[in-house]
Amino acid sequence: MQAIIEDWRRRIAAAAERGEALQIRGSGSKDFYGGALDGTVLETTAYSGILDYEPTELVLQARAGTPLDDIEQALLERGQMLAFEPPHFGPGATLGGAVACGLSGPRRAAAGSVRDFVLGARILDGRGADLSFGGKVMKNVAGYDVSRLMVGAMGTLGVLLDISLKVLPLPERELTVRLGCDQEDAIRLLNAWAAKPYPISASCHEQETLTLRLSGTAAGVDALSRMIRGVEVENAADYWRALREQRTEFFDGEAPLWRLSVKSTAPSLPLPGRQCIEWNGSLRWVKTDADAALVRDVARKVGGHATLFRGRLPDVPAFHPLPAPLMMLHRRLKETFDPAGILNRGRLVFEF
Amino acid sequence: MMHAPPPSLSPEDRAALVEALEVFLPTECILHELEDVRPYECDGLSAYRQLPGVVVLPRDETEVCRVLTLCKQRGVPVVARGAGTGLSGGALPHPGGVLLSLARFMRILELDPIARIARVQPGVRNLAISEAAARYGLYYAPDPSSQIACSIGGNVAENSGGVHCLKYGLTVHNVMRVRVCTIDGEVLDIGGETLDSPGYDLLAVMCGSEGLLGVVTEVTVKLLPKPEVAKCVLAAFGSIADAGNAVAAVIAAGIIPAGLEMMDKPATAAVEPFVNAGYPLDAAAILLCEADGIAEEVDAEIERIAAIMRDAHATQIRVSRDEAERLRFWSGRKAAFPAVGRISPDYYCMDGTIPRKRLADVLTGISHLEVKYGLRCANVFHAGDGNLHPLILYDANQPGELERCEAFGAEILELCIAAGGTITGEHGVGIEKIDQMCVQFPPDVLQAFHAVKRAFDPSGLLNPGKAVPTLHRCAELGRMHVHGGADKFPELPRF
Repeated sequence: MQAIIEDWRRRIAAAAERGEALQIRGSGSKDFYGGALDGTVLETTAYSGILDYEPTELVLQARAGTPLDDIEQALLERGQMLAFEPPHFGPGATLGGAVACGLSGPRRAAAGSVRDFVLGARILDGRGADLSFGGKVMKNVAGYDVSRLMVGAMGTLGVLLDISLKVLPLPERELTVRLGCDQEDAIRLLNAWAAKPYPISASCHEQETLTLRLSGTAAGVDALSRMIRGVEVENAADYWRALREQRTEFFDGEAPLWRLSVKSTAPSLPLPGRQCIEWNGSLRWVKTDADAALVRDVARKVGGHATLFRGRLPDVPAFHPLPAPLMMLHRRLKETFDPAGILNRGRLVFEF
Repeated sequence: MMHAPPPSLSPEDRAALVEALEVFLPTECILHELEDVRPYECDGLSAYRQLPGVVVLPRDETEVCRVLTLCKQRGVPVVARGAGTGLSGGALPHPGGVLLSLARFMRILELDPIARIARVQPGVRNLAISEAAARYGLYYAPDPSSQIACSIGGNVAENSGGVHCLKYGLTVHNVMRVRVCTIDGEVLDIGGETLDSPGYDLLAVMCGSEGLLGVVTEVTVKLLPKPEVAKCVLAAFGSIADAGNAVAAVIAAGIIPAGLEMMDKPATAAVEPFVNAGYPLDAAAILLCEADGIAEEVDAEIERIAAIMRDAHATQIRVSRDEAERLRFWSGRKAAFPAVGRISPDYYCMDGTIPRKRLADVLTGISHLEVKYGLRCANVFHAGDGNLHPLILYDANQPGELERCEAFGAEILELCIAAGGTITGEHGVGIEKIDQMCVQFPPDVLQAFHAVKRAFDPSGLLNPGKAVPTLHRCAELGRMHVHGGADKFPELPRF
């Protein structure tokens, strides 16, 4: 593995010297996400393997090229999980891609996001320097939290090498129920339930149907399901996996897919096209041909932001544009970690 | 180790600075007489004291920005301060600079019980947020032991934890947005009332940045539903190793307790006469393990926890029968620091994190250090997340004891690094642990930290000399970086 790192260091240094763009790529499952791809591919799947996993420490450390499947299998064998439930979006999806894209699945509102679970990261920066941040312990406030800065940075600050994560036990029992209601009712109910100590681990509203996953102790889940009184869903794991992987019927079709991250109480959004609500109301998927400016304006008005998730459009940045002072800070951080501007050029913002 | 302090403001410079501040601030917002600035000479780490050049107490964000702009123009360092309860000297003043107190930022600006968020000013006390949210059945989860006094702005600066963070997270997991004044006098809005934001995760970088990147003027926090019920198991063990194994067994059983705390015998011995928590005094260690949630799940979980403790050779197990008893169990843990303060003229609280499995080794190492330095040490431990608080007992009036105590503490931190852990779990580096940073991190990582700092504060005026040591300082100390548990001389015994 050291040979791979040495090879990458040489390639990064050479690319930096020549100012040539490098495109960091694992399985390619998330090539559709973010800005358009640019540069020579730096393939990461060979840098694979779980480095350390101690179930009683609740910590797993793996190389960035490790398939999520392998990690999830190893955890399952010990009754644990990645609580942020990362979407794979393709066979062979890697841990590095999940962390770089910063995407979390249905359990996010209840359990936390990728960045909440990242404890440490070793990277090669844009000069090829091998740097380790954070560690393998839960609480660590020595130095700035650069590990979490890597999450969602779309590979623009460094090539991820080794990542340590907090993992959690699988719930003793999971049960999925369904009830009929419109969007406004769903938003109201989800926020009301989230204000109670109820073991709700995922929610999805679409087509007048609210689906809820209850997770926790058997006693707690049963008590809550008696109260909610929905219809129990068979093979619910398949449903949540399909939702996470965007293979449900909602995600079919050619219209661009927008992801709006909003305040959980934001009312039903005034946009044409279909909407699907997750994360207790905080996440709104919208399939629409509406103008990008309109979508972003609607998101902004409810204190949120809009990502063009699937279906790149000419001259439309994938991520919501940043205000000038924040953009300046982003530029400076980019210059800090990748002074030659070679890593995943254009993938996060048009400007670098 | 104390380095010589940086130069103080000359009387002329101080007068000129005060005059410039008076252009936009009333005189009561500017303190510069000795008796007025004296209360600001230290924070919770009182072994370090330094009088500030000038103390400024702005009343709103615009004034904060103007103070920072002025300091930038004049090249004057700025140290922000909340309630001053920090334990690593992060708010130790700069003799040539401004001590910027956020004490007047005391308002809860908005509490949205439906969306479960609160927008508050940085000087609001941690506990005051939970008190305000209580009527809606909500609370703010991170609960550092100083929560009655510490401010939320300070919590952001230190990424504070508490006894419930294994289940509910640290400050970084519970803050959604901060407004920050930069040294350039610009206001940044970082994060939002959403579960994520576009661009880099600057919120994560701000949390725990110890006042080196910007001054927080507003914080939006997540509120959680208060559990219906909480119950606590108190278990006693004949050895530290047994107690450590019990902790691992709870986690292995798939339980994430709301709190999981350990105290060793010297700690319970100090606490029990003070608060009568009912701790068995013959135990080598006790564990407090709490479950919370809705009644049905708490009962089921408590039963499993008690069974696990029994299997792990607990010598005594008690389950809290009511809320009063639960609070009594916790009273001892929460009073651990003052109780130790009662049996010793002074104590020094350390804050390392280790992988839990190394607990017995590290505590054995600490007991060897007690002999080496001739000082006693009591240990309390956030066992769930591996965060150890050794309390070294000493008497500052005995010549040489403070120095021995500091050397003892430094060795404990190095033990934590060698065990694969870190020198600070929740108290921050501040000025206190700056030398141990040279041991934990190699020069290129320290350089990366300095580069992050420059991206936010190119002039280097915010809280200079704290949190990240200069490479020069590390070289001067001759401290060696110990890599992830790999000892330089593995054949030598280390205690």
